[in-house]
Amino acid sequence: MLLIPCPWCGPRDEAEFHYGGQAHVPYPENPASLPDEEWARYLFFRDNPKGPFAERWSHAAGCRRWFNAVRDTSTNEILTVYRSGENRPAPVEPRSAVAACPALEDEAPSGPTGVQGAEPPGGVEGAEPLQDGTGRGGGGEESPYRHPTRGRIDRDTPLTFTFDGTEYQGYRGDTLASALLANGVIQAGTSIKLGRPRGIFSAGVEEPNAVVQIEEPFPEPMLPATTVELYDGLVASSLPGQGRLATEPDPARYDAVHAHCDLLIVGAGPAGLAAAAAAAKSGARVILADDQPELGGSLLGTAQHLDWVREVTEQLDAAPEVRVLRRTTVFGYYDDNHLLAVERRTNHLGAAAPENVSRERVWRIRARRVVLATGAHERSLAFANNDRPGVMLASSARTHVNRHGVLPGRHAVVFTTNDSAYAAALDLASAGLAVAAIVDTRPEPGEWAERARAAGIEALAGHAVTGTQGEARLTAVTVAPYGESAGQREFAADLLLVSGGWNPVAHLFSQSGGKLRHDETLGSFVPDTCRQAVEVAGSASGVLDPATVLAQGAAAGARAIEAEGYPPEAPRLPEVPAQPRPTPPMHVYVVPGAADGPRFVDLQRDVTVDDLAIATGAGLRSVEHTKRYTTAGTANDQGKTSGILASGVVAELLGVDISALGTTTFRPPYTPVSFAALAGRDRGVLSDPVRTTAIHEWHVAHGALFENVGQWKRPWYYPRDGEDMEAAVLRECAATRESVGFMDASTLGKIDVQGPDAGVFLDRLYTNMMSTLKVGMIRYGVMCRPDGMVFDDGTVIRVGPERFLVTTTTGNAAAVLDWMEEWHQTEWPELKVHCTSVTEQWATVALVGPKSREVLASLAPQLAVSNDDFPFMAWRETTVAGIEARVCRISFSGELAFEINVSPWQGLALWEAVYEAGAPYGITPYGTETMHVLRAEKGYPIIGQDTDGTVTPQDLGMSWVVSKKKPDFVGKRSYARADAVRPDRKHLVGLLPEDPGTFLPEGTHLVADGVLPAPPVPMLGHVTSSYRSAALGRTFALALIKGGRDRIGERLYAPVGDQLVPVTVAGPVLYDPEGARRDG
Amino acid sequence: MADTALTVPLRSPLSQAADRLAAATRSSGGAIRLAELPFLAQLNVRLDAKGAAAAAVGLALDLQLPLQPNTVVRAGELTALWLGPDEWLLVGPPGSERDLESRIREATGDEHVSVTDVSAQRTTLLVAGPRAHDLLAHGCSLDLHPRVFGPGRCAQTTLGRTQVVLVARDEPGAGFWVLVRSTFAGYLADWLLDAATEYL
Repeated sequence: MLLIPCPWCGPRDEAEFHYGGQAHVPYPENPASLPDEEWARYLFFRDNPKGPFAERWSHAAGCRRWFNAVRDTSTNEILTVYRSGENRPAPVEPRSAVAACPALEDEAPSGPTGVQGAEPPGGVEGAEPLQDGTGRGGGGEESPYRHPTRGRIDRDTPLTFTFDGTEYQGYRGDTLASALLANGVIQAGTSIKLGRPRGIFSAGVEEPNAVVQIEEPFPEPMLPATTVELYDGLVASSLPGQGRLATEPDPARYDAVHAHCDLLIVGAGPAGLAAAAAAAKSGARVILADDQPELGGSLLGTAQHLDWVREVTEQLDAAPEVRVLRRTTVFGYYDDNHLLAVERRTNHLGAAAPENVSRERVWRIRARRVVLATGAHERSLAFANNDRPGVMLASSARTHVNRHGVLPGRHAVVFTTNDSAYAAALDLASAGLAVAAIVDTRPEPGEWAERARAAGIEALAGHAVTGTQGEARLTAVTVAPYGESAGQREFAADLLLVSGGWNPVAHLFSQSGGKLRHDETLGSFVPDTCRQAVEVAGSASGVLDPATVLAQGAAAGARAIEAEGYPPEAPRLPEVPAQPRPTPPMHVYVVPGAADGPRFVDLQRDVTVDDLAIATGAGLRSVEHTKRYTTAGTANDQGKTSGILASGVVAELLGVDISALGTTTFRPPYTPVSFAALAGRDRGVLSDPVRTTAIHEWHVAHGALFENVGQWKRPWYYPRDGEDMEAAVLRECAATRESVGFMDASTLGKIDVQGPDAGVFLDRLYTNMMSTLKVGMIRYGVMCRPDGMVFDDGTVIRVGPERFLVTTTTGNAAAVLDWMEEWHQTEWPELKVHCTSVTEQWATVALVGPKSREVLASLAPQLAVSNDDFPFMAWRETTVAGIEARVCRISFSGELAFEINVSPWQGLALWEAVYEAGAPYGITPYGTETMHVLRAEKGYPIIGQDTDGTVTPQDLGMSWVVSKKKPDFVGKRSYARADAVRPDRKHLVGLLPEDPGTFLPEGTHLVADGVLPAPPVPMLGHVTSSYRSAALGRTFALALIKGGRDRIGERLYAPVGDQLVPVTVAGPVLYDPEGARRDG
Repeated sequence: MADTALTVPLRSPLSQAADRLAAATRSSGGAIRLAELPFLAQLNVRLDAKGAAAAAVGLALDLQLPLQPNTVVRAGELTALWLGPDEWLLVGPPGSERDLESRIREATGDEHVSVTDVSAQRTTLLVAGPRAHDLLAHGCSLDLHPRVFGPGRCAQTTLGRTQVVLVARDEPGAGFWVLVRSTFAGYLADWLLDAATEYL
């Protein structure tokens, strides 16, 4: 959502504005003198440059002023705005792209100089070796996979849940995934194409495998079990790669909220918390959003610095201008620092969720500045059979232990290309997991390997995992020297922990328009520069050293609020213990050597190295193309663990460097967002405003069925007992033509036009003359676009010498007012005239039929109602039923008719009085359908039904409404264009089916012959309106037919179903063509 | 209108929603106050802000029309809202529209001034209480923080899916007036009541 600075109102959401096309294209001084070609150039040709472009905008939902803006069409940046009539200002430089991660003073060089939260083994408080056990959930005994002390679960709150029909126990604080692991369940589904068993692979949103179906309390498909907080009564089942949509309506509430802040921090890990701590006390408005139920990010997974996390959390919760959004995923980063987030508010409460609280809430956040502290995802490696349940990301296993107190297995092999897996392995070993070996692809793994060996773990340098065994669960891992097939060793293991390196979570940064660059040391893509006011801190920027992460976060937070004029402070940051000296990672994507099984790249899409090889073999050279060819990265995990891996594999296959390939495009949403959340409360009756008139409740009480006209509910017809629509409309039509009917015409648009130049103004906008209208009289008028096509029609009342009341069609009221303002403000600012909408200032009752005069007379004793005293197209002010009223003699049916306008505050009273006064004449309320029939019988077109933007007044047979006297008006020049005088233009004509009972559906085409020729069949036109007429005793239609007026009397054919229905072309006025009924 | 008002009672656009608005106000325990303020006199006034007419209107009404965009000037029972550089909405007590219109017309004489009675064009909703900001933030993209949209501010914008004129009342914490087109008022009342569910 762009933020457009209105020159009057300041920055507002793009949605408040209307676009008006290229600026500085003035209406030609003298259109009549222009040759066709030049006029066509004015009408149809506009510049379309790449780069700065001056264009017109209207602040339509605000001050309604037109203004000009210079927008860069390649970036959408609004470079400057200026008022209508002002000259285009000097060129303005676009925002320059700035570094997403400014260098820290004394900052350690970026790169994996250490490992997030690495600590010596045994460093976790209270760590004890895992006790053996035998139970498998359900009983009082602890599961052998549940650590006795570790984890942040609430052991006093056991929860019961069901997975694939088996009941299990977990604790508050578990995810569905951790609770399954605690019960010894690791397989959580089968793969989508190959049906291979798949296990829990991660501990977060990047999960590709354990995507499950929630069955109860409300069905929801395809949720990663690693992100589902466990609650009592949860019922879930595994999926074969694809879920099922609920068939019943979702009873939950969803809503949205707009928020504004000086600083939005995304991610509450060490960098995000440090940034928030630097800003918390400044008075700046800060929002900190994190997708987890508690703050801490990766620190929760490593169980480090938790005191500091608690301290900062308390500080943030207490700061009045700081809003902490937990369980909130920022999923989209749009223009002008507009970010969307979804907060999961009650999902974790299961059936206990309160009914009046929205289940999910979309936050629409407009931030002055943004710090992205979104962390990094661990990457996998491509080796044979790397998909067996039991293969898991190394850091995720550590997270399961420290957050949930769960050991994902008992006997592990670790496979790594970098230092980070050592810290995980040592921590897991200290928790009681037997680590058989750490398999490191690097020939010299350095100090971390020494530390592992010191802890009694075998570290195999220059080795790789080449295969796995096991069906439902991993049983063994095959290891060989890197790149060799000889010297294989096999380890029995139920867990293989993999770390292929780290990918900064650059999704949001990339969505913001930021550019990524390849980081050679890290072996991945990191944020580089961006035009928006955003910084990236922590491992999202490619920095993995804990001390640097913290310092970078604090600096980014401080810089952001300082730029907004608030004083930052240096927050207390935790002491980071000395780390082993780092050894650079090795960049491995595909484990070399012959593979005796599929090497999966995208687990969720079952895409393997071989699949990618087929793609490159087919000649594809871009990762965007290999993605579409193989579907790698297109599943609902959007390739979080596989994206960079796929790029790396393709690079190897093509023999190029990964830096030359780049990544596929990151698009919102970062994680799947339900349509229900996006719809919010704009559902059901609130999906679109329902406009009703002051008389609406009477229509409802009298059984009206309603037609949607724009946002209005208009009475369609009023069926009596047992009547269908056809019978009701025939009755309403007959009653109105024979005696008297009435309808609610309040929905017509009304615009008050005031000022000494009001007449001149209307003369320029209408095709006919309005300035000559006398006070007290009314004239019908037509408005056209400059291309001469009919845009709207209605009546114009002259209220006073300098005041007119314009009526518009119901659907066009706002468009006509905008049209008037556009011409006045941008072309004719010298005219002294003002236009004001008064649509809702009046309620209007149309009283129609030969007895309407009697009914009116009985209600308006002071009004002289005779034809001489109150002629057609005159209006009078009087009192009707004791209510001040303006009565107009206007007819849209050919009958004697009056429109009575009163205050809507008294509209219902008037309507009821008319109903009562008309009772002796059998007065009949009628709706839009009868109105349509009555007007169609008279050949009166309805703009938008009988016209479609390609129809001139002349096409409608209304040349009489086009002034020959006025030197110019909008549309006039176009009537002299060759196209406007083609003899085969479509004309509005009547159609009479030869069988008077045959009804032509609207939209039916017309053809010349009774036998269809071979295609293409020449089409002569189509039916625009079709009805059954009580007055004519037959069906009839209006149609736009090529050269229609020259075909009157001809027989044409209308293909309806399998039939060719013969019809006769007639003039459009089929009822009372001499106009005898108008005066009663 | 004075004589007819006696015989034909006036019905406001939200007369049928009054009970529901009152019930929500009650059950919110003071968090939210919702009510229609019906029949306020409203005049749309158009004139050249730099011309003599602006001063004349100021004198006649004892109220200077605000020249700062999106601000409000109050004097006695009258409130003038800036709607555009040459457009204001004058809001007064019910029934005062004719008197106000004639005072403006008399004061401005032959100047090019347009005055239009729009009293029934919009109705006014009071949205007040400690959660008023939160309630409006569900559907309004403007920053309503008191530092940004405090007393003296008004704005034409969108609330839910309808256009409104939003006015911050003159004391901090006194909530807002939401002026809404009469035929959208039912929708907006439904929307507000739905959005308020969480605060009830």
